[in-house]
Amino acid sequence: MAVSKITEVSQYLTFKLREELFAVDIVKVREVLEFNQVTKVPRTPEFMRGIINLRGDVVPVMDLRLKFGMLKTEKAVNTCIIMVEITSEENSIILGLLADSVQEVLEIEPSKIDAAPNIGMHLNSEYIQGMGKHGNVFIIILDINKIFTAEELASVKGSVD
Amino acid sequence: MNGGLDQAIEAYKEEAQELLSELETSLLELEESPEDIELISRVFRAMHTIKGSGAMFGFDKIAHFTHEVETAFDLVRNGQLSVTKELINLTLLARDQIRAMLEEYGGGARIDESKSAEIIKGFKRIMQKVEGGTEGAESAASAKAGSEADESDEAKSVTYRVRFKPDHDLFMSGTNPVLLLNELRELGQTIVIAQTQDIPILKELEPEKCYTFWDVILTTDKGINAIKDVFVFIEDSSDISIDEIDSGEDVDELGENYKKLGEILVERGDVKTDDLRKVLGKQKKVGEILVESGVVNEDQVRSALAEQKQVKQVRESKQKMEAASASIRVPSEKLDSLVDLVGELVTVQARLSQVSSSRHDANLTSIAEEVERLTWELRDSTMGIRMLPIGSTFSKFKRLVRDLSLELGKDIAMTTEGAETELDKTVIERLNDPLVHIIRNSIDHGIESPEDRVKKGKPKEGTIHLTAQHSGASVLITIRDDGKGLDKEAIVNKAIKNELVAPDAVLSEKEIFALIFEPGFSTAQKLTSVSGRGVGMDVVKRNIDALRGNIDVKSTKDKGTTITLKLPLTLAIIDGLLVKVETEFFVLPLSLVEECVELTKEVIDKAHGRHVANVREEIVPYIRIREFFNITGKSPEIEQIVIVEVEDHRVGFVVDYVIGEHQTVIKSLGKVYRGVEGVSGATILGDGTVALILDVPKLVKAVEIEENQTMVPQLS
Repeated sequence: MAVSKITEVSQYLTFKLREELFAVDIVKVREVLEFNQVTKVPRTPEFMRGIINLRGDVVPVMDLRLKFGMLKTEKAVNTCIIMVEITSEENSIILGLLADSVQEVLEIEPSKIDAAPNIGMHLNSEYIQGMGKHGNVFIIILDINKIFTAEELASVKGSVD
Repeated sequence: MNGGLDQAIEAYKEEAQELLSELETSLLELEESPEDIELISRVFRAMHTIKGSGAMFGFDKIAHFTHEVETAFDLVRNGQLSVTKELINLTLLARDQIRAMLEEYGGGARIDESKSAEIIKGFKRIMQKVEGGTEGAESAASAKAGSEADESDEAKSVTYRVRFKPDHDLFMSGTNPVLLLNELRELGQTIVIAQTQDIPILKELEPEKCYTFWDVILTTDKGINAIKDVFVFIEDSSDISIDEIDSGEDVDELGENYKKLGEILVERGDVKTDDLRKVLGKQKKVGEILVESGVVNEDQVRSALAEQKQVKQVRESKQKMEAASASIRVPSEKLDSLVDLVGELVTVQARLSQVSSSRHDANLTSIAEEVERLTWELRDSTMGIRMLPIGSTFSKFKRLVRDLSLELGKDIAMTTEGAETELDKTVIERLNDPLVHIIRNSIDHGIESPEDRVKKGKPKEGTIHLTAQHSGASVLITIRDDGKGLDKEAIVNKAIKNELVAPDAVLSEKEIFALIFEPGFSTAQKLTSVSGRGVGMDVVKRNIDALRGNIDVKSTKDKGTTITLKLPLTLAIIDGLLVKVETEFFVLPLSLVEECVELTKEVIDKAHGRHVANVREEIVPYIRIREFFNITGKSPEIEQIVIVEVEDHRVGFVVDYVIGEHQTVIKSLGKVYRGVEGVSGATILGDGTVALILDVPKLVKAVEIEENQTMVPQLS
């Protein structure tokens, strides 16, 4: 499958996990926050970093690096929380994604996006919507809905790690 | 347009539900004091409104059905029918039927038409007796009303115009016209206009003569004969004319507007049609013109105007039986979002106070204090809006007790106290089912049959006493019966049979009583329609737990059982105890906390590594939050044990520091963390960070289960 699933021109918010560039569809992004403090909810998987206070609402925050098998995100000057909205049939969940830094908003034409290779990514290809090219760098465009399905999140039990 | 109608129909349904519950209360009260006129009219009014607005919004079936009931109560209101047990029973049945009809319109189960027919037949039967009784002895007036009732028609309020023109020599016969007019006033709503145009100038006036005559506009349901009766002694000497001007019928078609002023005057013969036409041409106000042109005098106009006004009023009030009360209906979502906002405000205010206390700025401090005061007031009154008196629920139970005791052949009186106690609306709603179960249990298992009671030397009539009272930030609801009490032996035997406890277990009284809340537990020997299915008390327990309340059972053999429910006033904000472990903050519900003691190295050593502490000669097991939640780091030299009471056991929670009391606005953790054990929610602290609220009972249970699981392999 050489063609990516993407057929329309869209804008993407790019961000870095370590030195690698990732992107999410801007439509999914609600806002970007500074990363201050997160309250860990005990007995939940490690990648669920905890909860934060978003103007009076309690919102969960996920560590993408842990989810992708990298080391835990440590707080640094540029560490951000990207608030995204995950939707499924009837559920809609707002959650935060930790990023080492947020880059820019890019417009990428469908012709510049390839499908993700099935091997060599060390990443579940289900999670990837496509591989964008911008100049001479690759951008991994993530399918947020696939990474955190609302159903999966809703069924998180107090598993002991 | 359509939406507006739908809304109106929704509003009608809501209103009808309210009226039905009011009706039920009134009926039950009426049963106790059948002579109370106020109660009778309350029942009548409720029926009338249900009927009237029902017809307006197309609930024809309800309108038709209710009409019969209303008719009966109209007879009661007029003193022609007395309140009997039969009537009350029938009306209660009718009320249930109306309710079923309402539900049917809302897509509920279809109602049993034959039942409606039977109830109507019952009413007709009662009313027929009235017809028989009134014949003969009764006066002409009420006989007329009686015959109206035959046609199963309500006695209508008819408006009459009475012109009472006494003979000039009226005073000679010793008649006082004022007394006559007063007598008329007693018949109904009355306006009396004195016509003074015949009074001569002072020089010609003979003081012993009566020159005045009166126009009386009278609305009464007593019939024209009652009016005639008033004038019976002076009929011959005076000029008395009585005309029906409004029959009280067909208000809907005519609208509330009565005849034009001119028409009235013409009808009365005060002015000729020709004269009227002439002056009307002048395009002034009819009354003024008529007075100016000398056709009629001012009094006549005034009288006619009064007539117009009164009939208008009567018709208006017919359309709208009860004036809108001084309250408004608000969708509860709006209130919920208000509560949310106030919750946020409380959080922000806490931050403001924290900042101001560190700044040492007198101005800022005074502002912060002012904001604090206002915030608390706002919080309290917002919470107050959601508060409703528990009384409406109580009256439902009166009905339950009445019906059930009849069914079971028991003689039970129910008394209530503290119906005005206010509780959060959600709490009241969710309290209904548990209370129903408890009261059913009391009636079915608790209170003995009248014969047994007499044998035991107790009064024949059993009592169930329901009270509600405030106690700090909680409400205590007590259900006390004077029945046979809980049979401890039977409970234990049953528990052993159901393998809930080991056969050799030694249980305290409290533990035994706690068993009745276990699932699948019922000691009833025989199954009845009300209990014995083994569901009930465990549902009670679950519901009360969900409300963050607890249950206390006390029982003495042959003296009775007292069940006390302790419930939080509101679900949105709790008093919490803020504690700290490493960098994390946690909140424990303060209502569960009993005391805080220190956990020193010495205490730990004494227990040989087991998690128990000796608190004033009592062994208290404890849970280390740090261990249970896998919080890394080193605990301080001296830790704190927060001792809580969970299901009558004292359990300690070991934390690093106890910070203090904290007004906790409860936030849901959301879908993502729904399955997490031991945490019931989160709250936002003064500095904007999030603290977790511990679900103490669940946490204890989780630890229990985990410890048991890890112990088993070691033993085998």
